[in-house]
Amino acid sequence: MANDIVIAFGGAAGDGNASAGNILAQASARQGLHVYAYNSYQSLIRGGHSYLRIRISDKKVTNHGDQVTALVTLNQDSMNRHLSELVSGGFCIYNSDKLKAGTAPAGVQMCPFPFYEIAGNDALPVMQNTVAIGILTRMIGMDFDVLKSVFEHTFAKKPQVVEANVKAAKAGYDYAEKNFKPLANALGKTKEKLAFVTGNELLAMGAANAGCKVYCAYPMSPASGILHWMGAHGKDLGICVRQVEDEIGVINMTIGAAHMGTRAMCATSGGGFALMTEAIGMASIMETPIVAINVMRGGPSTGLPTKQEQGDLNQAIGASPGDFPRMILAPTSIPDCYRTVAESFNWAEKYQIPVILLSDLLMSEGTETVGVDWLDYEPKIDRGEMIFEYKGGPTNYYRYKDTPSGVSPRAIPGTPEHLYVSATDEHDEDGVTISDVYTDPIIRKKMVDKRARKMDALLKELPPPQIEGPADAPVTLITYGSTWGVVKEAVETLNKEGVKVNHLSIKYLVPFQEKEVTALLKGKKTVVVEMNKSGQFARHLRAEAGITVDANIRKYDGEPFEPKHVVAAVKEVLKGKTLVESQSVEPGWRTPHPPGPGVLSTSSTH
Amino acid sequence: MPTAVAAPRDAKLYKPEVPPDWCPGCGDYGVLTVLQRACGELGLPNDQLMVVSGIGCSSNLPGFFRSYGMHSLHGRSLPVATGAKIANHEMTVIACGGDGDGYGIGQGHFIHSMRRNINLTYIVMDNEIYGLTTGQTSPTSETGMKTKSTPHGNPEGQLNPMAMALAAGCGFVARGFSGDINHLKSLYTQAIQYPGFALIDVFSPCVTFNKQNTFGWFKERVYKLEEKGHDVTDWNAAMARAKEWGAQIPIGVLYKNPNPKPSIDAADPALQGTALARQTKLGLTKEQRKKLIEEYV
Repeated sequence: MANDIVIAFGGAAGDGNASAGNILAQASARQGLHVYAYNSYQSLIRGGHSYLRIRISDKKVTNHGDQVTALVTLNQDSMNRHLSELVSGGFCIYNSDKLKAGTAPAGVQMCPFPFYEIAGNDALPVMQNTVAIGILTRMIGMDFDVLKSVFEHTFAKKPQVVEANVKAAKAGYDYAEKNFKPLANALGKTKEKLAFVTGNELLAMGAANAGCKVYCAYPMSPASGILHWMGAHGKDLGICVRQVEDEIGVINMTIGAAHMGTRAMCATSGGGFALMTEAIGMASIMETPIVAINVMRGGPSTGLPTKQEQGDLNQAIGASPGDFPRMILAPTSIPDCYRTVAESFNWAEKYQIPVILLSDLLMSEGTETVGVDWLDYEPKIDRGEMIFEYKGGPTNYYRYKDTPSGVSPRAIPGTPEHLYVSATDEHDEDGVTISDVYTDPIIRKKMVDKRARKMDALLKELPPPQIEGPADAPVTLITYGSTWGVVKEAVETLNKEGVKVNHLSIKYLVPFQEKEVTALLKGKKTVVVEMNKSGQFARHLRAEAGITVDANIRKYDGEPFEPKHVVAAVKEVLKGKTLVESQSVEPGWRTPHPPGPGVLSTSSTH
Repeated sequence: MPTAVAAPRDAKLYKPEVPPDWCPGCGDYGVLTVLQRACGELGLPNDQLMVVSGIGCSSNLPGFFRSYGMHSLHGRSLPVATGAKIANHEMTVIACGGDGDGYGIGQGHFIHSMRRNINLTYIVMDNEIYGLTTGQTSPTSETGMKTKSTPHGNPEGQLNPMAMALAAGCGFVARGFSGDINHLKSLYTQAIQYPGFALIDVFSPCVTFNKQNTFGWFKERVYKLEEKGHDVTDWNAAMARAKEWGAQIPIGVLYKNPNPKPSIDAADPALQGTALARQTKLGLTKEQRKKLIEEYV
């Protein structure tokens, strides 16, 4: 734990926690330090409570950690909520002109700073954040010059802003040197070249890197980051970016574009995905390759717009009426978003199917340091069998030709001598519909079989799933998606404590690698760790592989798992529990509400 | 979009082997025949045409027209057609469907496609009834009309697509009648050549389920705007004509924006060169990637 710290920024929406935290994180990344940040926020533009946790380490970190080393409180509420969470040896930084100190836990250093005395009487109030970052920089033993370089990079076009920030930060840094005791173990440096980036940014950049040329979306948290990235970069990269009137329009436009032969993508969250579902079936029966991202959040309905959940697996599996091939896959981490989106385009085009990529709030809005080498990557672009030009002679073209693989060479509209109409009605190989006048059970079966067959070939091509951790461990934790990063650390901790467990993270949900997964889990005590109430992923394992797991660890309170939750839950399971429902219990997560309109209001209840 | 007029082609070239499956006497036959003639008159190559429909009797049209086509979901022809146009802006894109498809379930896309001003032609075969589902009231059914779903008379108001189109900023608003195909053809050719979203609402009577708004009913009422000295560039005059319903119903071009702004596909920076769908070199260059990564370092 020596060189692994968690710094939390607490404040109201609009107080600037995120930008303050971002500057610290970028400075850390520039020192080659690894960072993972999770922002717990509310669906509010101003006010409320927002809590950003940044974990910094000289080793790779894959989650936001269990406990808080340092707290920067930007308002009194945050002081009151979170001070008790600090670990011994930690510290709390606060503006003593504005805030009253709470009762510090044993071994916690309070670091009050008189803002106006330090920054000058004419300082803008927002500069308190900058002073606090200056103090932090000193407390964690980081070079001031690195912080300065981040201000210069962030405000490159506004030299006066750079100057004001550097001045305020330096004042804080110097004040800390005189008045506070820095952390015993200063953070070091590494030589790694790291970028600090969100999952949404990597989904967007990864799509651009894979040749996405049309991106359509309707704003929805927590997927909007992809739209914002595309909006900012589309013009330079030659990507047509459209904000559409609703998610129904979004996916239909995406399909229209993909049908013409361009790589097209759309993204949303669960509610928007619900509107898209009819068109998922259209993409499948018209054999139009699209990538549709669902960044899951707390549901159902509007649910918890800014909170974490893995509740949309059932929806993805059941999206759209009918029985048809689709692919569902889930990246396992922020860096994995970058390459998973690229491979999704290949699967979509090679097999002419809709690919549903399941991300979630934690992964999409979380920020992590990712190696520059990992990002500077040229993906293999495999577009499958496509026809772009007429090469002469009679073509006798069947768009939906019944081939052994089920994949029919796809002529791009506009190509001479390859005319066809694609219909959402069932159709024959030449595209003529067999739904109204020319009904035909023989052809219907042939076409259903042809499309379904594509999944067999796809399944054979998928890279095999792998166990992480000690192969001989008798217990296997099974996950999909972003829980990978938490469970990975929990598994390491448990093994250090002598509890032998390993980890199977499943990336490909549909089609499902039944044989491989069954073989890996043979003879193991199996435990699914997932973020929903009913155990959708455990049910999926049962449905696809006939595996009824021995125990389940679930969390559905809106806040993500932390390694400590999984460690504790596994111990419960080993004592015989078959279901552990984890919860974030620190009081700081909670915001009490006034009574509802039907409730008698008494001072004693609130 | 054809700017120079190509050599005219035979309308038969747009006729596939599969014959229409509409009821004998359906208004949609006229709509189809005229579309084939209009494309012939403009000399449009079949492989440069994309016809996109939704669902309904009239949305079966792409299956009876020789070109590339998409027979999409109910109400979704416009977003699909928009996607097609942005992916290949060099092709002529025609969207079509019925009144239920476009003005009912697809109403949101209808308004926004006009506001968005994507360069395509939208033909609505308006029969004031749901035909394929065997005769229920539609958004353009007259108030009081008895249908299977409103046996005591339609209690709801009748939608005015012409006024809506004008209000939504549509640059080309026209109305035709399937019973007057020469007149209709000129609306099509103008619409296809118009550099922006062009709407043609075509009275296309349903001979099976709409016993009220029949060919005869329309014949008695429609009059041609061009015979009444209507100024197609006058938006207010167009709005006044759009409100006419009853004894006198105008057909022809109601409005044609004399100074159209560039359509969204013409203005989009990504659509200035080779059509997106025709670009073969995909992905980022090393330099592009490096610049993007640099933002986060």
